[in-house]
Amino acid sequence: MNAFFQASFLPLHAVLVSFLAVPAILLASRRPNLREGISLFAALAKFALVLALLGSVLDGNRPVLELLEIAPGISLSLAVDPLGIFFALVASGLWILTTVYSIGYMRGNREGRQTRYYASFALSLSATIGIAFSANLLTFLLFYELLTLATYPLVVHKESPAAIRAGRMYLAYALTAGLLFLAGTIWLQTRAGTGTFTAGGFIPEGLFSSWELTTLFLLFMVGVGVKAGIMPLHSWLPAAMVAPTPVSALLHAVAVVKSGAFGVLRVTGFVFGPETMREHGLDLLLASFAGATILLASIIALKQDDLKKRLAFSTVGHLSYIVMGAALASTAAFTGSILHLSAHALMKITLFFCAGAIYVHAHKTRVSELDGLGRSMPWTFGAFAIGSLGLAGIPPVNGFISKWWLASGSLESGEAVVLGIFLLSGLLNAGYFFPIVIRGFFHAPAQAEEGTHAHPSSEASPWMVVPLCLTAALAVVFGIMPDFPLPFFDLARQIAESVTLSGPGLLLPSG
Amino acid sequence: MIGEHLPIIVILTYCLAALLMPVAGLLHRKAPSILALIAGGGALVFSLMTLWKTLTEGAFSYSVGAWPPPVGIELIADPLSAFFLVVITLISTLVLFHAHFSDGAESGQQSISYYACVMLMLGGFSGIIGTADLFNLFVFLELSALAGYGLLGTGSGRAAHSAFRYLILGTVGASFYLFGLGFLYAETGSLNMGDLALILDATGMQTTARIAFVFIIIGISLKMALLPLHQWLPDVYTDAPAMSTALVAPIGTKVAVYALIRLMYDVFPSGPGDWAFPVHSILAFAGAAGIIWGSVMAIPQTNLKRMLAYSSVAQIGYIALGIGLATPFGYIGAVLHVFNHAIMKACLFLFSARLEKTGLGIRIDKLTPATRLRLPVSTACFVLAAISMIGLPPTAGFFSKWYLILGSYESGNWFYVVIILASSLLNAVYFFRIIERVYLGDTDEGSPKPVRVRLTRRNLALVTLALSILVAGLFNVWIVKSLIEPMVPAF
Amino acid sequence: MIELIESYYAYWMCFLLLTVGLYGMLFKENLLKKVIGLSIFQASIILFFIIVAFKDGSTVPIYDASFSERGPLGYINPLPHALMLTAIVVGVATVGVALALLLRIHKAFGTIDESTLWKDLRK
Repeated sequence: MNAFFQASFLPLHAVLVSFLAVPAILLASRRPNLREGISLFAALAKFALVLALLGSVLDGNRPVLELLEIAPGISLSLAVDPLGIFFALVASGLWILTTVYSIGYMRGNREGRQTRYYASFALSLSATIGIAFSANLLTFLLFYELLTLATYPLVVHKESPAAIRAGRMYLAYALTAGLLFLAGTIWLQTRAGTGTFTAGGFIPEGLFSSWELTTLFLLFMVGVGVKAGIMPLHSWLPAAMVAPTPVSALLHAVAVVKSGAFGVLRVTGFVFGPETMREHGLDLLLASFAGATILLASIIALKQDDLKKRLAFSTVGHLSYIVMGAALASTAAFTGSILHLSAHALMKITLFFCAGAIYVHAHKTRVSELDGLGRSMPWTFGAFAIGSLGLAGIPPVNGFISKWWLASGSLESGEAVVLGIFLLSGLLNAGYFFPIVIRGFFHAPAQAEEGTHAHPSSEASPWMVVPLCLTAALAVVFGIMPDFPLPFFDLARQIAESVTLSGPGLLLPSG
Repeated sequence: MIGEHLPIIVILTYCLAALLMPVAGLLHRKAPSILALIAGGGALVFSLMTLWKTLTEGAFSYSVGAWPPPVGIELIADPLSAFFLVVITLISTLVLFHAHFSDGAESGQQSISYYACVMLMLGGFSGIIGTADLFNLFVFLELSALAGYGLLGTGSGRAAHSAFRYLILGTVGASFYLFGLGFLYAETGSLNMGDLALILDATGMQTTARIAFVFIIIGISLKMALLPLHQWLPDVYTDAPAMSTALVAPIGTKVAVYALIRLMYDVFPSGPGDWAFPVHSILAFAGAAGIIWGSVMAIPQTNLKRMLAYSSVAQIGYIALGIGLATPFGYIGAVLHVFNHAIMKACLFLFSARLEKTGLGIRIDKLTPATRLRLPVSTACFVLAAISMIGLPPTAGFFSKWYLILGSYESGNWFYVVIILASSLLNAVYFFRIIERVYLGDTDEGSPKPVRVRLTRRNLALVTLALSILVAGLFNVWIVKSLIEPMVPAF
Repeated sequence: MIELIESYYAYWMCFLLLTVGLYGMLFKENLLKKVIGLSIFQASIILFFIIVAFKDGSTVPIYDASFSERGPLGYINPLPHALMLTAIVVGVATVGVALALLLRIHKAFGTIDESTLWKDLRK
């Protein structure tokens, strides 16, 4: 029992702290302040534990914790490597802010079923950290499916027919994806004898024929691609916008979709490896889907009047930035990919927070209704502006940095088309976000019609405004100093180098 | 000293309890139920001792009346039979526990005969598992079946009708088994399993032996509810009282599985050249068909028990598939699923028993969040069992499928991998429909009041079963390595 | 062909009975007739075992000096007979349970006709 509290068990503690908070939250259901307090405490504790691990990882340690043998020859094990700690930092850090925001949103909107909401959130974060720290394919799959189950109550939160439909769609997509991932895992595990994530990939040459390898790749990619929103597996994402905004914010900016993107990074960088992908044309395959997604999603986003749906399609597009970087598989591209994981998370969560504040405070959900709202809600729209700038790739927001590296990566791989896609997408981003900001500040409010609300005269509740300002500010801080306050750039560089410069064979720079 | 007699002690415990039931009934109203619990607990202890003995010392046999085989009747205990015995006694004891404290069957005069039937049925099951003589197997088969017809036929007129159909079909099955046995005896002159194995190995499978095999296997398959001989199962499980179904469903078909495994791997030669037709492939295919048919038929059901019954057909399909794959992992997957499914199905049917007893009804369209508020712990257990049936990690159901997929992969059958994965999705459809109904939507009182969650004697059995699902999942490697691997035949 | 039937006539009779019993069980609509079919079916299988036990020119398995010269061939095989005693008992019990169920069905529905039961009362 003493051993359980040793430092070597830190990864497990990080996963479990919110898992253990779940019964506490359920029991505190009649005392909202206590319940929210427990959530907040769990979030802070989780972040603290992850930070404790960060120091160790930066020193070069790779803590590994084998829990128990869960299938013949495979253990349930946690391993903390730079990529894992990166994702864990993003997820756990943003959970703190989301919890604060949730308090404002849920109470402002007088939402029901709040206990279920906070409990499911805690469980989802447990699963997310588990995904981040998974050492092998089966552990990853386990936490991945747990994430699906934990987020289902959040998607169907409103319990309206639309919410239930969205929940069913989410389950159908996610469970099918999980099964395909399982098939791939078993196939790979039995053929290769191992499923442990290794930088640069661990599939030996010649173990699979080319078409077998492609099938295997497709199995894995569909498995993670559903959560990562790669078209045509993305449809659940806009449908899931029916959930409350903090759910959309954390889940669809951070936990669920980033888990999918994280999965893509793991599979491309730590299972197949750039060399293998290049040799069998898998990089081109993935890049074509990613590229199509980026462009199509951006175009569809232009046409959305519902603000959250617009944000949803934007998310789909930006996730494929990450996927594209993984497909390009050069050092620069991979660096950009990983950086975009945190950059997009920060920026998108800002935008979602703003959307939620607008909904709760001004009761508006459509872009066409937002004219002039910026004058009453300057902080909200200001943060929205920062987020939009970043997503379009404009300095000094951190979106510029990740995009820069992605663009460099595409040049490094000699794929000018990809560069074009990134630039075009940046323009489209500006196209669907900037008007919101401009009209919010500079247009006069439309006449309030019968039955709709007039614009409010004040800013939204500080519980909501403070977090969104913080995330926007952080986006700028990371944009100017990529390694402050957390060494994201350093980590990203480390990870990209470990992936592209090791594994079966070296990576040649171009073409 | 007890050690030598273990194989027969379990059988005798149950039969003795059955005999003493009228006495217990005279003493006190609840005494038959208590006696059943004591007998179940005792049998569980003895079966655990048997398991321990076979794992540490190896298989051992027992000659009834000290007549040596093949003249006398022989009982055996080896890792396979001990494992099945533990499954039977464990699950039945937990269900009996639930029956006593929660949703007991009829009280008063009827409970004597009810529990006597239960004891006889369990005694019959133990006999099937313990015996090494094929005719003895028939006797115990019929003993358990007749007691089972009695159990499943009480309650309503519909139950009696369904039980009658089960009786006709079940007796046909047992008679086919006997018929095949006749051929086998005529050919070999022996009824002892070990003896038969030697004789058939030496002479090979002649026509008569093949015919015998076909009839015997058809008989067993009918008891096992293997497609297309499963027709009796949905009606019987639906119409019988929920407690009877909870007792029979998890374990009834499993003893037939045991008999199938014994016959296919220990009695009849299993080399490829011995068969004129691909027996294992046919079995695997029937299993796969059962998986799909059961899962598809479960989806449109409006009655919870009927849905679970079709689900059982599908699960038996998994087990048959595993046996038919004829690879180590397939075998392990099948046997592990016997254990896992017994736990899951017991949990599911006990939930339906709770629904019946509290008057909430078992019609799916009548399930509402009020159900969940009334029975919070039971519903939670149901959800956990449902997640396991769908096959999500880290529950036990996921790992059964893991081994089965490994087995399919081992034997080069991608088709079966697809079937297993597809069935998970089908299972998700009908189980999540129920989860949706009980967790989402408004209750009649407006915003639901927070529920009081208590662990009482009433739901103790359910909670134990639900937790076992998690434990069996997380520790599946231990179960496989220590308990199942000793019994895997050489492939 | 004739020879086949002639030399195994006992088995043919047995299989005929089996078919009759199966027919009764499957195609008769009155539940009691199904039970009768069941009885016939079981009887045929018992008969099968008895036939298997028979040997040409042998007698019942009670020691008799005039038959012992042929050794074991002088007596029919007693084992199947013993087994079939058990089987007969099982058969009796089965018919008993079946009739008990029939009583319950009749009490509940007022009829023991399968088609009526399915059409009117169970729908």
